[in-house]
Amino acid sequence: MKVALIGLGSVGRGVATMLAKKDLGLTITGIADSKSGLIEDKGINITKVLANKKKTGMCGDSRITAIDVIKKADYDALIEVTPTNALSGEPATGYIRTALNRKKHVVTSNKGPVALSYKELRALALKKGVAFRYEATVAGAIPIMHVLEHGLAGNEILAIYGVLNGTCNFILTRMADEGLTYEQALMEAREMGYAEADPTYDVQGIDAAIKLVILANTIWGNGVKLGDVDRTGIDLLTADALRLAEEEGCTIRLIAEAIPRKKLIRVSPRIIEKTHPLVVEGTLNALTLETDMAKEITLIGRGAGSIETASAIIGDLLFIRDCHVQRP
Amino acid sequence: MQVSMKLEMKDSPGQLVAALKPISDVGGNIIAVIHQREPGPDNDTLDVQIVLELPEGRLDKLVVLLQEQGVHIQRVDEERLLYKRTVIMIGHLMHTDLSDTVDQIDSTGFAEVCELSMSMPSVNERSSSRLTIKAVSKDDMESALAILRRVCRQKSLFLIEPLEEIA
Repeated sequence: MKVALIGLGSVGRGVATMLAKKDLGLTITGIADSKSGLIEDKGINITKVLANKKKTGMCGDSRITAIDVIKKADYDALIEVTPTNALSGEPATGYIRTALNRKKHVVTSNKGPVALSYKELRALALKKGVAFRYEATVAGAIPIMHVLEHGLAGNEILAIYGVLNGTCNFILTRMADEGLTYEQALMEAREMGYAEADPTYDVQGIDAAIKLVILANTIWGNGVKLGDVDRTGIDLLTADALRLAEEEGCTIRLIAEAIPRKKLIRVSPRIIEKTHPLVVEGTLNALTLETDMAKEITLIGRGAGSIETASAIIGDLLFIRDCHVQRP
Repeated sequence: MQVSMKLEMKDSPGQLVAALKPISDVGGNIIAVIHQREPGPDNDTLDVQIVLELPEGRLDKLVVLLQEQGVHIQRVDEERLLYKRTVIMIGHLMHTDLSDTVDQIDSTGFAEVCELSMSMPSVNERSSSRLTIKAVSKDDMESALAILRRVCRQKSLFLIEPLEEIA
């Protein structure tokens, strides 16, 4: 199967590296970063492109743009891994729309388009007879979408609870384990590269809320938006609060939860027993699904990282190849 | 005196009413009746938990009257508040009248703050406190938490609630 890769940041490089390293039968015929692009219908030498990118900061010809690659390259599936814009969803939404209109499958790790334009993009993919998959948008390497779609097919999903932001979980773990203040733990998260210079998006629960919106739309198709999420972050927590929880055998974690029967969609710090399966350490993510037949299922795994995210993207690509492209 | 009793009786029409009658006979006031219909090997008994208010010194008489009705008393506790939840509040707790905050729960009659731990780092910094609330029933607990949420909003306090057990 031929693929085009748009975006060569951490995730894009992870995907490219794994496609070069593993013999998965996927050939990259188009590639683009923010400054340049490259189209080769017979297949691009990824190792050479990655070396070039490292040296010059560009993957190809500066006269070729991302949209040129999406419009002109010969590929079956588009891999869209450009940076997330949570407010506009652009330019990613435009890229995805263009590829779907060309009847190309799309795999993305970009939360913006899925959170903002899920209904439209899904309807367009259905109309064009192609797949639109976004496993990598929620909980990194955890195959939550595959579990929901296939493993738990036929189940009614009654509720979903989870730790969906690794940065917050790292900060809370450090505050609990070492008695650090919020400011100290945040500084440590920055030094480790887990937190951005502007941590608002993570610590105020916006990132977790966006992922919850994606999950809720996928599971219940209820059209909820970011503004519908009742959201509280962790930036007002004190070290004393964690100690007070600890005295009761509990800790505090940022929990995202959606329970349709209670009309509840919320992200907030919660007191939780230390032995609870959702209490995971460091940057890990965890998700509990409550269903009618399977009852409770909890998944734990890495929520971020270049290769970890590539795992989710490659899983989507191979699913598309096996279920759509090669199907007679 | 407030009492919680766990009773076992025959699961047949009129039994529950017959069991409850002695309570009013001794001047008691029923606060809550909780059925626990658990399918057992023989399905002819019914477990009922009753929370009641009783004048002092009447408990022994009630026990005798209940036994005369053929009701088996499994347990008697002088504890009416069956549900417990712990929350954490962060903010300027003293300046926003902590005793008023606690009183808003205590004055309900169905819930009360039974434990309070607090840490006050320095005068201008926000303090943190852990409150344990007890309530008569699950619904009463929800009502008590709703009151606390409203009070915290009014007083700009940051309330951290427990993650409910998955039902």
